[in-house]
Amino acid sequence: MLKYDLPKKFKNWIETKNWVLRPHQIEVLNNSKRQSQLLIAPTGSGKTLSGFLPTLIELDSVKFSGLHTIYVSPLKALAADIKRNLMIPIEEMGLNIRVEDRTGDTKAATKRRQRVDPPHILLTTPESLALLVSFPESKVLFANLERIVIDEIHALVESKRGHQLVLAISRLQSLCTNLRKIGLSATVENPNEIAQFISKNEASCPIIFAKTGIEPDISMLQTKVSPPWSGAGATYAIPDVLEKVSSHKTTLIFHNTRAQAEIFFHNLWLNNNKNLPIAIHHGSLSLEQRKRVEAAINRGELRAIVCTGTLDLGIDWNDVDLVIQVGAPKNIKRLVQRIGRANHTYNAPSKAIVVPANKFEIIECQAALEAVKDKDLDGETVQTGSLDVLCQHILIVACAGKIHPTKLFKEIKKVGAYKNLTKHDFKECLRFCIDGGYALKRYEQWHRLKIDNAGNLVLRDPRTSNRIRMNVGTIQDTDTLKVKTHRRGGGKALGEIEEAFAASLTKGDTFLIGGKIVRFENLREMVVEVTQNANKQPKIATFMGTKFATSTKLSDRILDNFQNEHWDDLPADTVSWLNKQKEFSELPVKNSLLVETFFRKSRHYMVVYSFAGRNANQTLGLILSKRLEELELAPLGFVANDYATLLWGLKKVQNPIELFNSNAIELGLDNWLSGNALMKRTFKAVATVSGLIDRNLPGLKKSGRQTTFSSDILYDTLVKYDPGHLLLKITKDEAMKGLIDFNRIKEMFDRIDNNIKHIDLPHVSPLAAPMLLEMGTVPIEGKAKELILKNEASLLMKEAGLV
Amino acid sequence: MNYFKFSISENELLALPSGALWWPDQSILCVSDLHFGKSNRLARKGQSWMPPYENQDTLLRLEKDLDATNTKKIICLGDSFDDNEASRSLPPDEVLWITKMQTRREWIWISGNHDPSPKNLGGTFLESLEIEKLNFQHIASSKKRFEISGHYHPKIRVRVKHQSFTKRCFLVDDKRVIMPAYGTYTGGLYCNRDPLRSIMNQNSIALMTGKEIYPIPISKAN
Repeated sequence: MLKYDLPKKFKNWIETKNWVLRPHQIEVLNNSKRQSQLLIAPTGSGKTLSGFLPTLIELDSVKFSGLHTIYVSPLKALAADIKRNLMIPIEEMGLNIRVEDRTGDTKAATKRRQRVDPPHILLTTPESLALLVSFPESKVLFANLERIVIDEIHALVESKRGHQLVLAISRLQSLCTNLRKIGLSATVENPNEIAQFISKNEASCPIIFAKTGIEPDISMLQTKVSPPWSGAGATYAIPDVLEKVSSHKTTLIFHNTRAQAEIFFHNLWLNNNKNLPIAIHHGSLSLEQRKRVEAAINRGELRAIVCTGTLDLGIDWNDVDLVIQVGAPKNIKRLVQRIGRANHTYNAPSKAIVVPANKFEIIECQAALEAVKDKDLDGETVQTGSLDVLCQHILIVACAGKIHPTKLFKEIKKVGAYKNLTKHDFKECLRFCIDGGYALKRYEQWHRLKIDNAGNLVLRDPRTSNRIRMNVGTIQDTDTLKVKTHRRGGGKALGEIEEAFAASLTKGDTFLIGGKIVRFENLREMVVEVTQNANKQPKIATFMGTKFATSTKLSDRILDNFQNEHWDDLPADTVSWLNKQKEFSELPVKNSLLVETFFRKSRHYMVVYSFAGRNANQTLGLILSKRLEELELAPLGFVANDYATLLWGLKKVQNPIELFNSNAIELGLDNWLSGNALMKRTFKAVATVSGLIDRNLPGLKKSGRQTTFSSDILYDTLVKYDPGHLLLKITKDEAMKGLIDFNRIKEMFDRIDNNIKHIDLPHVSPLAAPMLLEMGTVPIEGKAKELILKNEASLLMKEAGLV
Repeated sequence: MNYFKFSISENELLALPSGALWWPDQSILCVSDLHFGKSNRLARKGQSWMPPYENQDTLLRLEKDLDATNTKKIICLGDSFDDNEASRSLPPDEVLWITKMQTRREWIWISGNHDPSPKNLGGTFLESLEIEKLNFQHIASSKKRFEISGHYHPKIRVRVKHQSFTKRCFLVDDKRVIMPAYGTYTGGLYCNRDPLRSIMNQNSIALMTGKEIYPIPISKAN
């Protein structure tokens, strides 16, 4: 039996609450003198209190002045929420503890005051913490720091925000040698990797597992109409979803993209005969609108909220008793975390329903449900620290004062994410920070950092520290424009859309935002002006939201299910669909690559069942098109989804097997990569994080000056004149795992081990048929694109009577 | 050579895809807003440490145009340097490169707002210049006369089949040409927004630069 002697005050308080300390909370207290620990606990298990208890007890037992504990969470909103929750025990026990938050929303005057007169507990985000580290006062500020609590660490480790955080921690560890760290994480498949992320070696970081709650009650939605062959809207399921909403108290309806959420919400209201109060919440809505929805949730006024990942994390909504996931979840871990949003009472099962958007997604949803039951989570492997974030960190540290590079290198290597950092990479980052790191040395007299007589790094011009601070952060803002209603003296803010999407609109076009259909009127001073318009079918809002790729684990499970014919739980028409595929062609399996070819209406088609996820399949499509062009097989286009790539052209591919030589594919990749739009997009992010270009600051954005130029120009220039440059290396690494996802293609080649099965068919196979419906959605690149412009230009000139 | 031919005040002019303007009858090549030394200025001011290759890239393209046209006279229409200091601190290899290009031809630097008084280089320095009723100066004036100017770095965005294209462009009406920026590190202003919208006549056309040159009515800009 685990025991911990709580101080009397705490004991009494817990008794008045009718609580008992849970085993994991006791363990955390017992470990509280250790340098680091990691708590893995499901939502609703008192995770946050576990993290804070040692702090509250320590602060109550001695008179402490200064900053004792820093709490970091990925969301600003979470910091505010935690403050509310933390004040309850502090007030009820009458503890003399000051708690404050510090995020991007905190007033400048408060921030300044906090630097000299900090609270006992500071609630903040990775970006705000990095910013704190950049001030010369940080040495004094952090001198007495005892603890750091990292909430939702599982969400942070997957991104550069986590890298930013551990780098800030590496600094804190140098400034205060007794710093103790605790990570709080949702259920993950790789606790050891997360433990390593914050501490240099696993052994020094005990991992505590809270008892998991009751098994979730999770199923696929039974619908009156069966899902369509293709599409992602799940409109067919609206009546059944509404029925579920009306038989539950509060339902969260999760979507994978914002556009899908908008369309679904719109359709939901068209059918909402009972006028159930249903709202929408996602990241491109205006802040006030989101806050309004959040307040309504807190007051228990809503029956359902249509949402995206913005509600994935943190904030506790007590009354949610059902979670609906629309569209295949693509990732098992995310599904589990979303399920956890339902029923935040520890002892009741979470109830969740998944809604496949099309027939293939039935198979994927089934595989995901099985995985949840088997507790077989997928997880991206925790990535080693990125070098662009390291560049930013070097500059941040230099803002705070002199530092010797060797000392900096040593302290950085003390956090897990950077423990394998090589001296060579560090030096390259350092050189980049000093003079840009170019092969052509042109900035000798204008270095950003200089080395003083003692060998320390210092800013050449102290004024640059302001600029460095303004650029702290790793979250990439896509270029977005505000949407406002068209009215004299400024209309109401509705939200934001991507600039590229805005550019594709002409007057009279309609799109959905915040559940309303609006009509595009004009673009004025970087604001999209719209009027409300309820008459027209909306043009699809393709704005924002990441398209997730189906994870490797989930793809593997689907292939396993094909092979084992494990179809008992699938609907009858799905089973007959798969049987037809088996009779006519074959089902794809894990250890070989199925390639089908067929002829239809003057086009030759080729389907590659690579099951490598959307991004990798897209890349494969582009590379194969290029290969087909080289072989003079006149490819015309392709379409990719999570499972396969479909290519079509004027000539038949006689022997597809020769196309799939993995060396040739890799070579094709290299040739195609350098001019690629995805590379340019990735480069922009890398260049911003590393401090080559300024981030788009609100207010400063688009000042309309002809002197600012696009980062694409910098990319092209580097590729042409300095191809070995550090930022190009980082860009390639990132793109390979991100949008281009070439690593998944490599994984696929390893999996199939040269087994390629080519089947030539008289017509399209049952499995490929839905893909034909998705055709024509991929924009054409290269020569063809220029041709379109040329033709259009001459048409427009004629139309205007100018030729 | 791909080009677009048009006339101003009965003078036949050729807009080239590179963003240079070629006047065959006078053997004049005109380029605007070269912005040499941009990366140097940004680093000097402690703002940014851009890849220092833009002079080289601009010069390479200019050399190509000079070779292709074999021009006798070149007019650089202002903002040739990112600031006065940039013209003085041009690296010796690039000064040599320019000097080589200056042999065999007349070279005119029109001053711009960024480089009111460049020095240390060969060629003639002028505020403006008139040839055959065509006025060459950096910024368009409100005078009723025929003008070739730069300064605004015009660009245009058009939407074609759900794709959007943005290119640097010449703006041309019956009296005026506004040149695109020629320098590698230059951004631009959209031709359908102020100030360009009010400067240009409603019927003007934009000549989109790039691999080839495409004319398009400004009214069709997105």
